[in-house]
Amino acid sequence: MGLAPTYLGSVMSQIIVNGLMLSATYALIALGITLIFAIMNVMNFAHGQMYVLGGFMVYYTYGVWHWPFALSLLVAALVVAAVGLILERFFFRSVLRRSRREESTMLLAVGTALLLDSLALALFGEKQRGVPDVVSGVYHLAGAYIPARRLLIFAIAAVLTTAFIVFINYTRPGRALRAIAQDRETAALQGVDVTRYSALGFGLGAALSGLAGGLLISTDAINSGAGNLISIKAFIMIMIGGAGVVSGAIAGALVLAFSEAIGYYFIPGSLPYLLILTGLIVFLLFRPQGIMGRRWG
Amino acid sequence: MNRLLGPLIGLALYLGIVPLLIHGSSYWLTVFINISLLAFTSLGVWLTFYIGRINIAQGAFALIGGYAVAVLTTLHGWPFWLALPMAGLVAGLVGGVVGSTILRLRGVYFAMLTLCLTEATRLLALNWTGVTQGASGIIGIPTPFGGDSSYLQAYFFSALLLLAGLLAIWRITQCRMGRVFRALQAHEDLAASIGINVAQYRVLAFSIACAFGGLGGAVLTVFLQSIYPTSFNVTNSTDFMLYCFLGGLQFVLGPAVGALVLFLGFQLLSALGSYQALVYAILMVLAMLLLPNGLLSLRFSVRQKSMREGQV
Repeated sequence: MGLAPTYLGSVMSQIIVNGLMLSATYALIALGITLIFAIMNVMNFAHGQMYVLGGFMVYYTYGVWHWPFALSLLVAALVVAAVGLILERFFFRSVLRRSRREESTMLLAVGTALLLDSLALALFGEKQRGVPDVVSGVYHLAGAYIPARRLLIFAIAAVLTTAFIVFINYTRPGRALRAIAQDRETAALQGVDVTRYSALGFGLGAALSGLAGGLLISTDAINSGAGNLISIKAFIMIMIGGAGVVSGAIAGALVLAFSEAIGYYFIPGSLPYLLILTGLIVFLLFRPQGIMGRRWG
Repeated sequence: MNRLLGPLIGLALYLGIVPLLIHGSSYWLTVFINISLLAFTSLGVWLTFYIGRINIAQGAFALIGGYAVAVLTTLHGWPFWLALPMAGLVAGLVGGVVGSTILRLRGVYFAMLTLCLTEATRLLALNWTGVTQGASGIIGIPTPFGGDSSYLQAYFFSALLLLAGLLAIWRITQCRMGRVFRALQAHEDLAASIGINVAQYRVLAFSIACAFGGLGGAVLTVFLQSIYPTSFNVTNSTDFMLYCFLGGLQFVLGPAVGALVLFLGFQLLSALGSYQALVYAILMVLAMLLLPNGLLSLRFSVRQKSMREGQV
């Protein structure tokens, strides 16, 4: 008789732990795509592909060449940021300047996703890749099991998320980025170098996605075709939270991570995602702008 | 008359010259059957754009149409010619129900949600094993095309279906409904203010678009004689959208030209082996950068320029 509450308690704490672990890395993905959307008004369809690129950077530097994990994470962030900067400079900047229609930048975003997808396939092959554990061991807390590697990933992601929030709220470049997100032309009139900061925002957003990929490859394996699925997760998060809002990205990450944790604990296979997507459509019926988003249109 | 010349030449080429050249090769017939059916399916995406929505869900409705025709013909023994319109009807009805809720979203929000819808439909097909057989799919779907000339029959059927689809969409753009759709594209609130029932018309447009997806998916499924949850996926949905964009959104012929050039281009690049997809993607992005209004804008822009100069 006494078993039931303890069992229930351990299930609860395991779900909470799983959800929390996942939500920190998901927050990085959501913050990246929401930053790019807020600054450039571009929905980055290649966000998942940038995640894949970051994951493979860590796979080669840490998994194959045995560099220190921290260094390989840094390399992943820098490489993906460089890809973001190149895409911004040569693709999006000119199209954004001459086109007044939302469709042409979206088309370009889809095109870059396709480009990075086939680039990843040509460079990295089709195989599922993972890396050896960064740290080993399992902790036991309130009836829940926490693998040490997941705890480390969670800690790094939480620190990075906090750092990003501090950066965007309390530094000069962060203030410039927020100003551009609020009103591009007014920001320019106040002397903000809009072109340079847009590039910074795009590179930073891309780097966040690359970091998430580099972090999650050490707990989950990755393959070159995973990009679209990650992009879909990013879309779900910012639709739940509201696009272009930092708090919304965090809220979306928490909701998605806990939905996944609950779903995968009780239901095996692909059914949880079907329920999540159905839930999303129903949710958007009542709140089309998301939890934190402003009304648009 | 001059305006009709181009399309008429294209029609003669597609129904006369092309089959004459390739009638011996089942590979090239398959390529052109695919082009016709993909173009037909993309017409639905084009119509959704016509009311100002970017639709990345057409893969979902192709999948629904494909499963409808597969279940009706294999499990219930319906003849193909009865199951085909039914597949279009089912996809159109589902599109109407889903559309009445999601069409409240606009811009990238609608685009993102339709992308999620494609994934949701794949998961539904995977998990609804009672109807779809899950991951093992439905195989051995009976085909109405038989005998030595089965590929040629399928070619002409697909080409005529595409022609009918083009005429239907062109007709829609010419009548009152088309003007209403254009008004929705330009400004929904303004359209509502002059008494247009915005919600009703956009659901109507989306249902027609989804029915196109269902019909196209159904014929593709019957041609391949099998369907799996991954038969039409997110990649297909984005492809349908890219065909429309790269062909040209201002032209009814846009999706057809886009599908022809892109699908044919992809096949021609197959000599590159593992770099096929990469070179294809690079060429596509270049086309987006250099021709933001689509391939058909090439010759039309020349004519418009001369017209403008004539007016001055």
